[in-house]
Amino acid sequence: MKHHPQLLFKNRTPGKTAFLEEFRKNGGYEGLKKALKSMSPKEVRATVKASNLRGRGGAGFPTGNKWSFFPADEPGEKFLVCNGDEMEPGTYKDRELLLADPHQLVEGMILSAYALQTPVGYIFIRYAYEDCARNLARAIAEARDAGYLGRDILGSGFSFELHLHRSAGRYILGEETALLNGLEGRRPNPRSKPPFPAVKGLFGRPTTINNVETLSNIPHIITGGADWFQQLAHTEAGAGMKLYGLSGHLERTRCHELPLGISLSELISEYGGGVWKGRKFKACLPGGASTPYLTSEHLQVPLDFDSLAQVGSRLGTGCVTVFDETTCMVGATLNLIRFFARESCGWCTPCRDGLPFVGQLLERIEAGDGTPEDLEVLRDQLRNINGYSFCALATGAMGPAESLLAHFEEEVLDHIRKGRCPLRKH
Amino acid sequence: MNELIPTDRLERLKERIEGCPHPRELIVDALRLVQEHRGWVPDEGVELVAQLLGLSALQVEEVATFYDKIFRRPVGRRVIHFCDSICCWSRGGEAVAAHLEQRLGIAPGETTLDGLFTLLPTCCLGACGQAPAMMVGTRIYGDLTAQRIDEILERERGEANP
Repeated sequence: MKHHPQLLFKNRTPGKTAFLEEFRKNGGYEGLKKALKSMSPKEVRATVKASNLRGRGGAGFPTGNKWSFFPADEPGEKFLVCNGDEMEPGTYKDRELLLADPHQLVEGMILSAYALQTPVGYIFIRYAYEDCARNLARAIAEARDAGYLGRDILGSGFSFELHLHRSAGRYILGEETALLNGLEGRRPNPRSKPPFPAVKGLFGRPTTINNVETLSNIPHIITGGADWFQQLAHTEAGAGMKLYGLSGHLERTRCHELPLGISLSELISEYGGGVWKGRKFKACLPGGASTPYLTSEHLQVPLDFDSLAQVGSRLGTGCVTVFDETTCMVGATLNLIRFFARESCGWCTPCRDGLPFVGQLLERIEAGDGTPEDLEVLRDQLRNINGYSFCALATGAMGPAESLLAHFEEEVLDHIRKGRCPLRKH
Repeated sequence: MNELIPTDRLERLKERIEGCPHPRELIVDALRLVQEHRGWVPDEGVELVAQLLGLSALQVEEVATFYDKIFRRPVGRRVIHFCDSICCWSRGGEAVAAHLEQRLGIAPGETTLDGLFTLLPTCCLGACGQAPAMMVGTRIYGDLTAQRIDEILERERGEANP
């Protein structure tokens, strides 16, 4: 195993959380001091843009671009929101980060708030992450006592208040406009876009929403510089390190900070200890439940945004779920579709009615009762759901379903021909 | 136990409402306070939150019913959420659910006769590296085996029945 620089995980010790003292001992809040002392908000924004950092929450939108749409220099109420609603099945990187080192996110938010000139920020944290929420509550209190939060931070004249919002479940809250409704105390259905949050977001005011890992990278970009950050990645177009979480049929299923663009095969063999029980690799979800499957033909693909888009999938959250050769891909896809169907907010028909219907078709095929006509109906459903839903949930749900037909059509047909699941042991 | 929120916590909540430019944002916090104290959110809880925040009961209800971790029906003293998402599924999640059902003698959605445990499925808990996993209250347990589940149930039973 090669040694790789550790940014986000540099203070990570198993079973322990680094709080203020330890965080500061290892360079914590130096980025904030540097920016407040010697950089204008515009310079911070320019540095982040030059770093080529792309959002780590799933969509991979360039952070600097997102920030450039934000009216940072205009007066008035504006908000910075951290999306800590990590609920994409297979994804646990933000949890690992917040369990290890919560001050990183707090510093990242203060720096970003300075760059965007937002006097108020919120961290939205999911219900199941109560341990992370407690870490954040303590980190926020420590930061406030140390003068990093509140009025006139470190004598710079810049003030920033940071609130923690504990949620109460439901995957859809990770959709940024549903999250805003949730924060406002409204029923969290997604909102129609435009207007985009940068124009009209939280409480009708301009709002920027970034993921936990994205924001936690900001202090490192400020201290290390944009060029240094960019060359950390393995791929030419990539930038920075990435938290890769491993799950599924591997010998070791942990989360690692590695250069963006590491190959799937290196991640699996070096860090996952190979496929478990000496079995062969069949497929994986490269970045959460909504990312189309990769197969053994993709083992050499760099796990980066552009490389995965080129092979018809997505980096998503960078948390890889591996399936061994004994896995029924109809069964796996059925599990994923059931998840999306249950988590649909019910607002629009393609999602509310379409996803359960796709689930029923896959159930029939998996049970051995499927017919060739079912397969045609399934294709028709996929065509009519993808792109026709109100938000990205249903489109995301179609990712694995479409790739099931693209990569494993023979296996689906085998279910129909044999009238049973060919992979289930009897 | 008749009160919906203990007096001291209610006072603190009222102070937060006073100092908050948009009190409505405290809906989930207030509902969770009721639930922490009462175990679930009865109709009076919805009405209290509405009254505190200057909203209609319907405005609170439409939020309360959206979230799966706000309980609008009575639940046991310990709610067990077993993960049925993909990573846990790939590592024996269905066996975990079956073992829980068998040990507790209830199906998902039900509560044990002694009022101790409610069993519910949940989506991914973010414990994918320790799959299969479950959450009891807000405590997450991973690397579940039949034996470990029995030990956890024993411990939780002990804590809930002092």
